[in-house]
Amino acid sequence: MYGFEAMTFNIHGGYLEAIVRGHRSGLLTAADYNNLCQCETLDDIKMHLTATEYGPYLQNEPSPLHTTTIVEKCTLKLVDEYKHMLCQATEPLSTFLEYITYGHMIDNVVLIVTGTLHERDVQELLEKCHPLGMFDSIATLAVAQNMRELYRLVLVDTPLAPYFSECITSEDLDDMNIEIMRNTLYKAYLEDFYQFCQKLGGATAEIMSDLLAFEADRRAVNITINSIGTELTRDDRRKLYSSFGLLYPYGHEELAICEDIDQVRAVMEKYPPYQPIFSKLSYGESQMLDKAFYEEEVKRLCLSFEQQFHYAVFFAYMRLKEQEIRNLMWISECVAQNQKSRVHDSVVFIF
Amino acid sequence: MSETAILVGASSSWARALVKISPYTFSAIGIAISIGVSVLGAAWGIYITGSSLIGAAIKAPRITSKNLISVIFCEAVAIYGVIVAIILQTKLESVPSSQTYAPESLRAGYAIFASGIIVGFANLVCGLCVGIIGSSCALSDAQNSSLFVKILVIEIFGSALGLFGVIVGIIMSAQATWPTNV
Repeated sequence: MYGFEAMTFNIHGGYLEAIVRGHRSGLLTAADYNNLCQCETLDDIKMHLTATEYGPYLQNEPSPLHTTTIVEKCTLKLVDEYKHMLCQATEPLSTFLEYITYGHMIDNVVLIVTGTLHERDVQELLEKCHPLGMFDSIATLAVAQNMRELYRLVLVDTPLAPYFSECITSEDLDDMNIEIMRNTLYKAYLEDFYQFCQKLGGATAEIMSDLLAFEADRRAVNITINSIGTELTRDDRRKLYSSFGLLYPYGHEELAICEDIDQVRAVMEKYPPYQPIFSKLSYGESQMLDKAFYEEEVKRLCLSFEQQFHYAVFFAYMRLKEQEIRNLMWISECVAQNQKSRVHDSVVFIF
Repeated sequence: MSETAILVGASSSWARALVKISPYTFSAIGIAISIGVSVLGAAWGIYITGSSLIGAAIKAPRITSKNLISVIFCEAVAIYGVIVAIILQTKLESVPSSQTYAPESLRAGYAIFASGIIVGFANLVCGLCVGIIGSSCALSDAQNSSLFVKILVIEIFGSALGLFGVIVGIIMSAQATWPTNV
């Protein structure tokens, strides 16, 4: 019952909630980011990071350091924390934690299928996959020629199987189809996750609804902007939008017919929560939209920690950590390519 | 005191049945509730605080010794229940069987029962309250140590609830005077 979770949540979830809040206190602060932004070389970055929570993961790296190594080790820390929490969790928290990684699974599947289409080596692709989204039969994805085979040979045993019902066709895979497949899978995944959270009820349902609705709306806007000028028809575009969120259903109707960014802006400014995001951009500019969305997402994720005794803190922590890794990647790339003036273009401070 | 003084409706009404339950039954149940439900409240509070405290102490080991105060406040609730149960059981006296259903006996029985319920349920909610606050206190202290003392004040107010229950319970139990031999 909503409001009385405090009485029974701690039986199964108290320890893990305290652990995830402890992890949150280890996220990099604005002061850390300022120090990192002033580094001249990647070795400086490594030195600064060794003084933070990433110490044990980075201190043994040999000296000609690569940006991909830094990102890989930081991701490894996230994966270790996630696995620790997953093995301690009971139902329904363990299912909730698994749901968080399905997005990465979808990205990995699309990565391997696209890479195979462009004749890349499977081993090389496997190394680029996100570790949270790995599953056992992932290497056999390289064998499939069309979506039906993809489903029948590999994906029917994975948790992604129920998401395939809407997008099985017998056409051969090409770039356009793969993007549509990725978005269709992600739509099915978000709706499934939303239903699961609604079933959990209480504070988890309320906070996760807000976070997932923002995710759905953000994806709708990104799909719209990315498909302007391509051959994607309006109906196909509308089929890729999730059926929940603030923009559902009237916003989706209006977004489906948008043909340029100013029309998208006009649609979004009618919704008060999204108006400040779009008012920050001047006319015709869309590069800062990603950063504006990330900032809004980080704000909402931090707010979810204000309430106790619910599962959304786990989701929020994973997302905040991923944002931190994105920040570190951007800073490392700027430092490695000597473009330090652009470093603040894309770093989103968490605290 | 004659039995005609007990005129509660017809001879087979529920009211009459209630009056015919021995006052010792009510007393015994009261004493059981006093200790049993108090301990339930204390245990509930302790597990709520304890699980959060252990998890938070992994990242911030300094919080362990200070936050044991929350556990101690919860434990105090159980001790109140034990004390009142002991006091109540000293109030039980034997009366001759002719006096068992006398109004004064019934009054004594009801007083002990009420005292037990008061203490038991006041301690139940007090233990729950202190436990939930203690959990939040541990998590906040792990992030920012200046918050501990402030949240402790809230806990102290919470634990006063159990004390109110004990005070009223003891006053009630002073009413438990059984009839002396006539």
